[in-house]
Amino acid sequence: MSPTILLDVVLLALVIIAGIAAIEVRNLFAAVMLASVYSLLMACFWTTMDAVDVAYTEAAVGAGISTILLIGALVLTGETEIVRRAVHWPALGACLLVGALLVYGTLDMPKFGDANAPAHVHPVYAGYTQQDVRKDPSGKSHGDIVATENADAQSRAEAHGETTSGRGDYFHGHVPNQVTSVIVTYRALDTLFETAVIFTAGMGLIVLLRGRRGNPLKGGLL
Amino acid sequence: MKDNPIMRLAVRWNIPFMAIFALYTQTHGELGPGGGFQSGVIMAAAFILYGLVFGGAEMRRVVPRWFTDLLGALGVLIYAGAGVYTMAMGYEFLDYAALMPGNPGGAEPWGMTIVEYGVGITVFGVMMTIFNEITEGTNPEDNEPTGESADTEYGN
Repeated sequence: MSPTILLDVVLLALVIIAGIAAIEVRNLFAAVMLASVYSLLMACFWTTMDAVDVAYTEAAVGAGISTILLIGALVLTGETEIVRRAVHWPALGACLLVGALLVYGTLDMPKFGDANAPAHVHPVYAGYTQQDVRKDPSGKSHGDIVATENADAQSRAEAHGETTSGRGDYFHGHVPNQVTSVIVTYRALDTLFETAVIFTAGMGLIVLLRGRRGNPLKGGLL
Repeated sequence: MKDNPIMRLAVRWNIPFMAIFALYTQTHGELGPGGGFQSGVIMAAAFILYGLVFGGAEMRRVVPRWFTDLLGALGVLIYAGAGVYTMAMGYEFLDYAALMPGNPGGAEPWGMTIVEYGVGITVFGVMMTIFNEITEGTNPEDNEPTGESADTEYGN
């Protein structure tokens, strides 16, 4: 068994243990900490899968701020969960059904490490592998940079059987981090509205909760 | 928690490093993993940690509510403003080539940087708002005296 597979199996086993423990434990403070451990283990797992950006977000959001926010919420709720042991069969059935559908969906995905996966054979990927760092203070003159730029664009266009069209080929990756490149250039509109969604969430909290604690009839717009 | 010397010391030592790391994540978003969202979250986590240990009122003294409200809106404004600017220059919405005409490859990182700052600022403001609104009034010491703080005009 290769070391990578072994590491993956160990990490996933720990993830499952942390998940079950977080559900089962009665002390809510311990549950919050176990959820944080779960996120940290998932971040390690994403790192071994080479999904560094996902790992970064998982560590910052899952293990970082949501733990801190949940601890803040614990101040409101008290520390021990009320025990309720009855099994809700329809809920269990719905969960199993959705889980089975998700597993069924993964059957269509390329195998782990498959060199012929669409992500590796798509022409855009070839563009990404020959990129360099811009925004550099290296002292190169603007003309040099533009000349290199144009030569790069020319060779890339030839490699992909495209015609150069001036600023049309800007997407072929001038930034080393492909994920950020896709998120804020290729999908800039998408990210703009994601930011707007976060902003709306903040506005909703302000309208619904600000100044109303302990007196539901006081203040607010609603 | 503010009477516990271990908590105070641990938090005091951690916050500067968290803040620096958030700025690193922000400025290197297009070079390595990370970006505006992660940066805003880490920066907010640093301040919220301060609020958890020293109390919400103390945190709101450092970062007042009107300021986080402003940041939440400002970030979206920066992002959308970048798009409007590119349109005003005669390019498509959020086509970063408008920032450096004739050198689209060089303009792209700058456009990405501006937009990432917008995302980071909004996420920081909204995360602080979430903490403020969730924990508001849970600790009797946290309640600001009415009429004195700048944020009483909001929502009351």
